[in-house]
Amino acid sequence: MVSYLVRRLFMAIVTMVAISVLSFAIIQLPPGDYITTYIAQLAADGTSLSDAEVLALREQYGLDQSFLVQYLRWIASVLHGDFGMSMEWRRPVSELIGERLWLTMAVAVAAILLTWALALPIGIYSAVRRYSVADYAFTIVGFIGLAVPNFLLALALMYFGYKFFGINIGGLFSPAYVDAPWSLARVWDLIKHLPLPAIVLGTAGTAEMIRVMRANLLDELHRPYVKTARARGLDERRVILKYPVRVALNPFVSILAYLFPYIVSGSIIVSLVLGLPTVGPLLLRALLAQDMFLAGAIVLLLGIMTVIGTFLSDMLLLWIDPRIRLEGRS
Amino acid sequence: MTATYIETVGDGSATESKVLVASQWQLMWWRFRKHKLAMAGTFVVAFFYLVVIFADFLAYSDPNASEAYQALLPPQPIHFFDDGVFAPHVLGMTGKRDPQTFKRVYAPDPEKKVPLRLFAEGYSYKFLGLIPTNRHLIGPVGALAEDTIFLFGTDMQGRDIWSRLMIGTRTSLTIGLAGVTLSLLLGILLGGISGFYGGWIDNLIQRSIEVLKSIPTIPLWMGLAAAMPRDWTVVQVYLAITVIISLLGWTELARVVRGRFLALREEDFVMAAELAGCSRARIIARHMLPAFMSHIIAAVTLAFPAMIISETSLSFLGLGMRPPAVSWGVLLQQAQNVQAIAISPWLLIPAIPVIVIILAFNFMGDGMRDAADPYG
Repeated sequence: MVSYLVRRLFMAIVTMVAISVLSFAIIQLPPGDYITTYIAQLAADGTSLSDAEVLALREQYGLDQSFLVQYLRWIASVLHGDFGMSMEWRRPVSELIGERLWLTMAVAVAAILLTWALALPIGIYSAVRRYSVADYAFTIVGFIGLAVPNFLLALALMYFGYKFFGINIGGLFSPAYVDAPWSLARVWDLIKHLPLPAIVLGTAGTAEMIRVMRANLLDELHRPYVKTARARGLDERRVILKYPVRVALNPFVSILAYLFPYIVSGSIIVSLVLGLPTVGPLLLRALLAQDMFLAGAIVLLLGIMTVIGTFLSDMLLLWIDPRIRLEGRS
Repeated sequence: MTATYIETVGDGSATESKVLVASQWQLMWWRFRKHKLAMAGTFVVAFFYLVVIFADFLAYSDPNASEAYQALLPPQPIHFFDDGVFAPHVLGMTGKRDPQTFKRVYAPDPEKKVPLRLFAEGYSYKFLGLIPTNRHLIGPVGALAEDTIFLFGTDMQGRDIWSRLMIGTRTSLTIGLAGVTLSLLLGILLGGISGFYGGWIDNLIQRSIEVLKSIPTIPLWMGLAAAMPRDWTVVQVYLAITVIISLLGWTELARVVRGRFLALREEDFVMAAELAGCSRARIIARHMLPAFMSHIIAAVTLAFPAMIISETSLSFLGLGMRPPAVSWGVLLQQAQNVQAIAISPWLLIPAIPVIVIILAFNFMGDGMRDAADPYG
């Protein structure tokens, strides 16, 4: 188990480093740099800088150094919690991202929980009552859930909500709580608003999970140990829930590691459609305005959050599956 | 293929001996044919790619021609009969400005009939990119400037959604095709190296795939796409988008290729070929590749939906294809807020082909995956 843990931790760190390099590459990609933008802004105000001043500025910000040196400087300041200044907002990046990052995670976690809460019972039902009407119905709904890109689902739900109920769904808070300080009432308001984005984000994953659960459980249901349990007179609910479901649960947890990045990345675009105060809209705006320190920091933090989420899901797998836990002990 | 040449005696043994001598691809085709949804999916995909080929012909007005006074016109249904006589036409729309909301409100005008005909003259284009012509599948008779039809209505700039949808289909589906091709090349190369050589290089490639898969893709794509210079031409943007979406799309294909390589490496026929003195290249190309070709085709089909969703999402955000290029995502950009859709629901029409093609590819790929191993 220790060797597994060490290996997983090592992989997580490598992934984080890779993400940080990619994020920094994104900061560096657009032509020009911070100083070019700054000069353009000064020029718009009617002032101009001499060549010597420009050079001094470049040196001061380390922009005359190589990619590697600049990257190391950036990562060093990031490790101290300093993500640089946003050029567009003229405020520290960390201040801008703050709450939005946590709301992004709240939406993603809500979507995962919903995925599980739906996929587990439906998957079990579909396997146990194979080829029943409900099984077919779930299969069809699942296929459609896989096929509709989630931003289209969000658009469609908003349209129907507007058309048939006359309400503007979207957002994460009621108007009264948008700018209110955190309180229990605000948290409750948030929880009330979470289901819709969770449904939109969770559909594709739920469809996938149902299929995985159904297939795995079908494989298990024919095993002799199930027959034995039944022959011994265990009631049907216990026969299924106690043994085959537990075995089938394994891939269910391991798939989480890929589901999490998928949902985080989906939340970016869904947030834009539903108007959620997550990092999504901020990232798009930063990218369009070439506010690269802000954009890079968001990509980096989302990536790191994802790695942590994936790592936690692996720990969950470790707890559920004794085969991994006991690996190398015998 | 061979099966058709065999004369069989008696009904009972006919099917059996057909199966025994049928080639691998024949068996796969038989199994695929049984999967009704997969067959339906295949027809839909074929139909969409016909639209890709004949996009200009199916469109009837210039996708970028805009008429400000015809903005957000609702779809005009085709009426086939006029007083019991077959005379296909659409009713012209008269627009009035609502004195209270200052919005243009349109009403069909029964007096203003625009007759339609097949192979009507319209804007000039090159048929199949070769033959210059101005004939389109349908269009108003005698192309007068004021005779316009909008089968799916118009967008905010008064451009015809039907025609834009045809051209957009071409962009989105060829990007999907190009993206899949590029991913496939990367996937076969890296997956093949990984599976054939094994050892540290296999380890390196597998770990890189794990790292790539645990990164949230959309923020990364957005970052890369936003870095495209604003003054790039449509073609440059098109190529860049293709590269960006396949940069992360190759991992699944590489995994499939590697898995097949590992499974086949141990097979007797590979060993036999090795003992017979075949070169590595020959073993791979002549003995291994045909054995897992079908699996690759299935994986490729299943990779299409992700490519199409990626392009559509990026363009929807304004980071992918940019006007004047038209793609499904660019079309859906107009439907970004509820107010717009609530007033003009036809702006959501481009969502329908997106969903239909993704479903079709999924069904087709599912059937192919089932049929890929006909001996199983």
